[in-house]
Amino acid sequence: MLELRNVWKSYRVGALGSKRLTAVRDVSIDIAPGEVLSVVGESGSGKTTIGKMVLQLTSVTRGSILLDGADVTARGHAQRKAYYRKVQGVFQDPFSSYNPIFKADRIFETVRESYFPEVKRAAWNARVEEVLQGVRLDPGSVLNKYPHQLSGGQLQRMLIARALLLDIQVLVADEIISMLDASTRIDVLNLLGELKERGLGVLFITHDLSLANYISERVVIMRHGAVVETGLTGKVFTDPQHPYSRNLLASVPQLHRKWSDSETEPEELEPDGDREVPPPPLTEVTEHHWVAARS
Amino acid sequence: MALEVEGLKVHYRTVKGDVRALDGVSFSLEDGEIVGLAGESGCGKTTLGKSLIRLDGRMRHMGGTAVLDGTELPIGDDRAMNAHRWKEVSIIPQYSMSALNPTRKIGKMTAELLRSRGKSYRELKDELVRRLELVGLSEKVLDNYPIELSGGMKQRVVMVLSTLLDPSLLIADEVTSALDVTNQKAVAETLVRFRDMGFVKSMIVVTHDLSLVYQIADTIMVMYAGQIVEKASAETIIKSPKHPYTKALIGALPEVGLEYGDERLKSIPGKPPHLLNPPTGCRFRDRCPLASEECETEPPKVAVEAGHEVSCWKAVD
Repeated sequence: MLELRNVWKSYRVGALGSKRLTAVRDVSIDIAPGEVLSVVGESGSGKTTIGKMVLQLTSVTRGSILLDGADVTARGHAQRKAYYRKVQGVFQDPFSSYNPIFKADRIFETVRESYFPEVKRAAWNARVEEVLQGVRLDPGSVLNKYPHQLSGGQLQRMLIARALLLDIQVLVADEIISMLDASTRIDVLNLLGELKERGLGVLFITHDLSLANYISERVVIMRHGAVVETGLTGKVFTDPQHPYSRNLLASVPQLHRKWSDSETEPEELEPDGDREVPPPPLTEVTEHHWVAARS
Repeated sequence: MALEVEGLKVHYRTVKGDVRALDGVSFSLEDGEIVGLAGESGCGKTTLGKSLIRLDGRMRHMGGTAVLDGTELPIGDDRAMNAHRWKEVSIIPQYSMSALNPTRKIGKMTAELLRSRGKSYRELKDELVRRLELVGLSEKVLDNYPIELSGGMKQRVVMVLSTLLDPSLLIADEVTSALDVTNQKAVAETLVRFRDMGFVKSMIVVTHDLSLVYQIADTIMVMYAGQIVEKASAETIIKSPKHPYTKALIGALPEVGLEYGDERLKSIPGKPPHLLNPPTGCRFRDRCPLASEECETEPPKVAVEAGHEVSCWKAVD
């Protein structure tokens, strides 16, 4: 459904854009309907840039992003608006996603104003209540409140509800639960699982491997802007082939294993080299499990 | 006994009344002990950490004492605390990446800091460089501005600075939450190393991440709505928790290996009570699956076994 084909992204950085920083290098991924695809990596690995490109918040330097086979790059306002009917995003910090001056449910009203001006108020309110119930929120306790009166989990679910008002096909979820409490983050995570059962494609961007493992069928591990390992979650996490993936898995704090118990030292990794050259190609080690070649 | 806190009460002054962020907290810390303090946001864990070093303008010390190495800390008196800060009690703040002065090079900033405490930068510089190298930074960072360092590097600089004067007690407030997993592990292990090398005697690690604190802490305290509900060794808290809140908190953690579908993780329904007017009796009552009538009165603090204390009626028998 959504497909990234050999996507590259370079930013201009430094004084007057004198330097170039290549954030994403030759990334090809695809998401099918009813699938959660996790993109995992450390800070600076380019995972957020991928989400931004899919949401057209930043342009693609090389390569293309296709939705149902058609290039998504919008020319003009009307095309962009049509695209956002199908693809929406939710981001890390629920508190800065809202304007603190207005009531939180204003996000639903803005959707009506720009996409459904013909819908009558009563019908619209019924629809809002329906999607709120769909994200397991009690309309009475979240409507007509200011953002500071609601919890992070409630705000985050309202943003998902807002996206659902627009009959979307793809949801980009960029670290949406890393700021939430342990007791509420599971609600949001399970909600993503329900959305996937309803046929939505979710691009789940995270640095937390255990979350990726819990929610997604396939995972993409990124480092220095390129994909180092990808495949079925079960295969990648039980049998990681790339030293970076192994290091990453070893550093996840877990309740049944202490770091001090494991003998293995972190493996040496290749330093960040020239980012302009194409990254090492991916080879299929077993079925549905690819890993980047090492020099 | 390095630290002994007894009946500590700290309130926030608001226009609507006092928010009882800490409502009678008592615990003690052995020499060389790392205590993890875990709980949801708003449970008072940061307030507890802060109250041992500096109460900010909105916080009021309403009662209780903190005794460090035999001397009582004047926690209610901002100016009197100055003599104890950094040398005896030190903190790695929550947003330590933004704790560095952006207009000064690291070295100059350190010199100014030391001068304000009547210490000589020249005398301490060798030790500073030695410790920077210990955490994998070269002497060159002293000539860098904070903006030139990555988040993980800034975090390590702040850790070295906070512990430079060998404080007896270190409070590490959410030091790993803004980092990614590889840096998280490095930072957490550095904390343990600092303790092992004697740079700090004992440590309180404030975090919402139970699986991380399990990796490094000797003892874990779980806080809920301004009170400590359970305290035990890290192993006991994770393997055989007694308080329903601790159990629910552990049940909500996704672990590598668990997948959506086969076994759905459960969240804790409801939300913590507002501390403006906390409920009487057990504060977890409304969300607790085991709650019954007796929970309407204050739960007793039960010592299940040596070093394992639970505040819950259900732990009595």
